[in-house]
Amino acid sequence: MSPSPLAIAVQDLVFQWPARNQAGFRLSIPRFEVERGERVFLQGASGSGKSTLLSLLGGVLRPQPCRLRVLDTDLTALSSSDRDRFRVDHVGFLFQQFNLVPYLSVRENVLLPCRFSRHRRRQALQSASSLQQAADRLLQRLGLDGSLARQPVTALSVGQQQRIAAARALIGHPELIIADEPTSALDADRQGEFLDLLLERCADDRVTLVFVSHDQRLESRFTRSVRLDDLCATTPC
Amino acid sequence: MAISIALSVMLLLGVEQLRIQARENFTQSISGTDLVVGARTSPIQLVLYAVFRLGDATHNIRWTSFQAVAAHPAVAWAVPLSLGDSHRGHAVVGTTAAYFEHFRYGDRQPLAFSAGQPFADVFDAVIGAEVAAQFGYRLGDRIVLNHGSGGIGLAEHADKPFTVSGILRRTGLAVDRSIHVSLEAIEAIHLDWQGGAPMPGVSIPPEHVRKFDLAPKEITAALIGLKNRAGVFQMQRFVNRYQGEPLLAVLPGVALDDLWSVVGVVERSLLAISALVVAVGLSGLVAVVLAGLSERRRELAILRSVGAGPRVVFLLLAIEGLMVVVAGAALGVLGLMGLGALAAPMVEEHLGVTLSASTLTPEAWRLLLLVMATGFAVSLVPGYRAYRLSLADGLTPRL
Repeated sequence: MSPSPLAIAVQDLVFQWPARNQAGFRLSIPRFEVERGERVFLQGASGSGKSTLLSLLGGVLRPQPCRLRVLDTDLTALSSSDRDRFRVDHVGFLFQQFNLVPYLSVRENVLLPCRFSRHRRRQALQSASSLQQAADRLLQRLGLDGSLARQPVTALSVGQQQRIAAARALIGHPELIIADEPTSALDADRQGEFLDLLLERCADDRVTLVFVSHDQRLESRFTRSVRLDDLCATTPC
Repeated sequence: MAISIALSVMLLLGVEQLRIQARENFTQSISGTDLVVGARTSPIQLVLYAVFRLGDATHNIRWTSFQAVAAHPAVAWAVPLSLGDSHRGHAVVGTTAAYFEHFRYGDRQPLAFSAGQPFADVFDAVIGAEVAAQFGYRLGDRIVLNHGSGGIGLAEHADKPFTVSGILRRTGLAVDRSIHVSLEAIEAIHLDWQGGAPMPGVSIPPEHVRKFDLAPKEITAALIGLKNRAGVFQMQRFVNRYQGEPLLAVLPGVALDDLWSVVGVVERSLLAISALVVAVGLSGLVAVVLAGLSERRRELAILRSVGAGPRVVFLLLAIEGLMVVVAGAALGVLGLMGLGALAAPMVEEHLGVTLSASTLTPEAWRLLLLVMATGFAVSLVPGYRAYRLSLADGLTPRL
């Protein structure tokens, strides 16, 4: 079976929390598809369920029975530990802030996915002779020079930290990158710079990007823009 | 955090080490002596007054009985002890020069003189280190003995003062608190006494005592060394069946063990207290890790995003706790050894307790393992909390 052109295929997704409480939080998405290589801007106000959707796509949360395929994998059929493995093998995550583990070095932070995934480690080694080299090369491509590699991460600026986080998301060539407002803590100049680098890397590596933000100014930089409210069937969503 | 664990482990092992060494020192208060012989009484009481100079003998034994025992072919040496008088609260022991030769303590250490020599003259006295230190006595000082023991207002043997002829090195035993004189001296100071009081109208000046027969008539107890230890039970039977008068022979080790079981309550409570300190240290660790956890929810989310399952998070936190405990324990052991090495000469000098903290006893190892196992067990608490948090938070900690 050849891989489907869809990176994400969601149909009739319902997530409710707590599970048996109708009055609780409820997310319901009849249909949401993202093609491979697309760079999607997902817009939504805070509290609209963005983070929940991302957790569902990353296999951290499990929805009620529905169709939820990410990279041709049926996430509803996997056990939680299989989903953990799937996540590290195929998905890179970027968060808003404090993206790094404070007690690890820059390099160790970048290589964190390679520690948990043999797949990512192998992929990283395909283009480099050592993991260190792979990390350093990626950092370089993200505009960070090698002298940072041995500094404590807490000594770095937010902009530098976000680039290191981006390197961690990209290392070992995951097919999907999920970014949850990674630019919201940056000032306007840094935002543009960071976004340029991220989009460029994703385009280079043909990585699918789902980029969540409430900042509409960024919308034009993506191949497609989706409003979460439009995806949802009912409110509140 | 590791420091507080290190300190509590240090305390625990220190107490344990001291406990064992105190016990060893205690049961070795008298070593090399095969039998303690005295008038028939309870074995513990005999050891208490003969070895520790605690309490009074109810009866004495006849000198002839002592001679009969000492003359037994199995006996290598016999040291008579005559107790009952005191000097400023410290026991006066009438004995012979053989005492300094044959008495052994600890690891078969003999008594040693820090100054002077054994008594040569009737009115010579050899004092223990504690007596010397407490009253500032030096060689040549004159001291007056009291009749009877304990309390003040005792009648004095003021007419016959003694000269300090020797000072013993510190042992940590009752020897330190004793004044040793010859058996003849005990006879001499009681020449003009009868029934516990000076005879009215009779006064024998010290220069004349040598004209009298100073051979002892009675002693309180005797320490016996055998030529062959294997014969100890046979000898004990011989003494206990002695026809002349009722005698009792005690194996000091056995009596000391019995005695220690009484003292043992104290050591066990000490150990319990230090165990409590360790428990407090460990709960402090858990509290600190738990408190820090809410600030680490972001970190947990990052780990989750790179594929760490909740179980990995659980293990991570548990191992983290274990590592702190192991580091603390190692630090504690090192600290204890360092302290032991520094303090051992001082402790030996002042307490007479020999410390050998350089090696851990099997018991101490067991305690250490117990501490680490407990440390790991309590670390499961923050581990479980982190597990729950990472399940609830997923990738987006609710801060």
